[in-house]
Amino acid sequence: MEKEKEFYERLASKGVSRRDFMKFCTFLTATMGLSSSFVPKVAEVFAAPKQRPPVIWLHFGECTGCSEALLRSMYPWIDELVLEILSVEYHETIMAAAGHQAEENLHNAVEKYAGQFICVVEGSVATKFNGGYGKVAGKSFLQIAQEVVPKAAATVCIGSCSSFGGIPAAKPNPGGYKGVGDALGIKTLNLPGCPPNPINLIGTIVNYLLLGKLPALDDKGRPVFAYGKTIHDTCPRRAHFENDEFVEEFGSEEAALGYCLYKMGCRGPETYNNCAVAKFNDGTSWPVEAGHPCIGCSEPNFWDTMTPFYEEL
Amino acid sequence: MRAVENAVGVQIPENARLLRNLLHGAQYQHDHIVHFYHLHALDWVDIVSALSADPKKTAALADNVSEAPWGGAAYFKNVQNRIKSFVDSGQLGPFANAYWGHSAYKLPPEANLMATSHYIEALRLQAKAARMHAIFGGKNPHPQSLVVGGITSIRDLSPDRIAEFLYLTRETQEFVKKVYIPDLLAVASFYKDWGGIGGTTNFLAYGDFAETDAEPESLYMPRGLIVNRDVGGIKPVDQASVTEDVTHGWYEKGDAKHPWSGETKPIQEDPEYRPGSGQYTWLKAPRYEDLSSEVGPLARVLVAYGKGHDAIKPLVDSTLQKLDVPVAALFSTLGRTAARGLETVAIGDRMETWMGELLANVKAGDTSTYEPWEMPDKAQGYGLNDVPRGSLGHWIDIEGGKIKNYQYVVPSTWNFGPRDSKGVLGPVEEALIGTPIADPKKPLEILRTVHSFDPCIACAVHVIDPDSNEVIKIKVQ
Repeated sequence: MEKEKEFYERLASKGVSRRDFMKFCTFLTATMGLSSSFVPKVAEVFAAPKQRPPVIWLHFGECTGCSEALLRSMYPWIDELVLEILSVEYHETIMAAAGHQAEENLHNAVEKYAGQFICVVEGSVATKFNGGYGKVAGKSFLQIAQEVVPKAAATVCIGSCSSFGGIPAAKPNPGGYKGVGDALGIKTLNLPGCPPNPINLIGTIVNYLLLGKLPALDDKGRPVFAYGKTIHDTCPRRAHFENDEFVEEFGSEEAALGYCLYKMGCRGPETYNNCAVAKFNDGTSWPVEAGHPCIGCSEPNFWDTMTPFYEEL
Repeated sequence: MRAVENAVGVQIPENARLLRNLLHGAQYQHDHIVHFYHLHALDWVDIVSALSADPKKTAALADNVSEAPWGGAAYFKNVQNRIKSFVDSGQLGPFANAYWGHSAYKLPPEANLMATSHYIEALRLQAKAARMHAIFGGKNPHPQSLVVGGITSIRDLSPDRIAEFLYLTRETQEFVKKVYIPDLLAVASFYKDWGGIGGTTNFLAYGDFAETDAEPESLYMPRGLIVNRDVGGIKPVDQASVTEDVTHGWYEKGDAKHPWSGETKPIQEDPEYRPGSGQYTWLKAPRYEDLSSEVGPLARVLVAYGKGHDAIKPLVDSTLQKLDVPVAALFSTLGRTAARGLETVAIGDRMETWMGELLANVKAGDTSTYEPWEMPDKAQGYGLNDVPRGSLGHWIDIEGGKIKNYQYVVPSTWNFGPRDSKGVLGPVEEALIGTPIADPKKPLEILRTVHSFDPCIACAVHVIDPDSNEVIKIKVQ
């Protein structure tokens, strides 16, 4: 209780009321597809975490956009998430240690928390030439993944690269890049997107902390709460599709009216994600709202299968 | 996008140009804050030392050097308690096993506590600042409204969206002026010796932020080349003079080539690290004529300074005066880190002008954001940008209405590229020579210079102790 009181005092000192916070928890609970009876429990995960679960975050073939996306988290604020909810033991971008000391941190954390840590993987794994096209400190991504992933309590692939290979695996794929599941021949929890919405990672972690297990997944390893419906099914412009009201040129009157982007090449009908509902950057917008067709960035091999982007399906 | 626009010959509408400048300006505001506080500060700031600070004295220091909206002994006590409970938990997470207590850390505990509290505040501010991209770009990172011919977010040219953007840019700029710059000056005043370490010789800026259709004439951050630190003699830049050399990269052997005829043929094997005369990197070595050139904030600021830029020149002069250091101190790790802050002031302020012009157009009923274009059968184009990390060029060759060749030369390739066929060092290689290192096993000083370039790569620096010949590998992230 004491901890919870402190938590709300800290929130209040930052201008966030208990009411605002509960609103967020309600939103998160709904995003996760849980009933409203879970709202107080979701709040408890943030307000009075019983433990700070160790997280080991691996970077392979990627652009760090997924980490950047997580840095934009405003509920909970990223500093709360990193300093007070989770214990991020290894993350190459945000950690202060470098060199041998950084390698030591990884080694120590894997040993100390074997069987307990959440392994988040960002980026795909080079498999050709002994994994030679992608290394950290002389060790191939493949080798690191083989050493670390089997010791995790759960492995979460964040982004299209670790989930399905992503851009490094796009044709002609000179390094033989693959998603983590493919490279290791295991099943992983996948949160694809370029980048994925951080709310879906937070939802997954809260689900884990709350229920002690991962959320329900579809056949591609994606949480159903986030990837259960297509962009097209949840799109606020759907009515324009039904009414045959289409944008046929950017900057046109139809574009200004917010008509359907199907004829501009929108991949919404083939893309499973909750962008239209969750939106990005604290609900500010999402690509279709900004007048741009969905490029299907969270689907497997999107760079090869969804291009050319501006041609109608 | 600019390369394709150049190839197909489309001139984007004024509103698209203004919106791109605003998105790009927001990128500078956001990126430079994150770089200073989250990717570079801990090279200078010792978080563990902050635990022994006196919160009252910290409050007095903060009142003295900064106009930050938060402060007072209670506030700093609270931050200190937060760090303390974190340390006491025994789970140090991202702060574990760093070089805390190293003799090269020079700040008193109070300055360390002030900077640590601003590290946390900046973490929150940047999440808000990134919303600027989402307003006109759909999301951040990877905004998605930019297309060849203009920009798609025509519906966001509404009063509420514009007001929201303006509010966010002003809030961010207030942070830049009241917190970032004072922190930068306060920290720099303890590390003036770094005004003589980590410098390079030649500087290239493509420039950016076109204010009319005329490029490079109208670029707010100007284009130019500085050879041998001659800031008084800024030379014009011709994209035809750019080449890439692959002698020391893991690529098939070949001559240095201009990007239009450039090739990217990685070796078909597990690459071996052979420093010195062999191949040791995935980077090519970009050269301007024969020059290895630094790109980025310092290059842009030096070019603007040399051209007598309205905003940059007085900012640089007053900063040199406040720190009581000569112009030569700019050619250094400290100069690079300072230049990043100073250009954020100039560019962030200029965003008000672009927003004013955009508002005037919208008010007059002009919401044109896109110019239609046709894909030619055959064409060549290039696009030169200056992004927060430095000069970025894209080159495209179109044949049969399709891409025949596409090459880009990015800022971290310029800065972190290897030696070329003549053995000329890349800028970071050059900058590291002569760096004093107190403890070769904890080379904090190397991190300072490498991080000051804001690398977009993971890299390794191998330090060889000249006395013992002991080789120490350092991974820099």
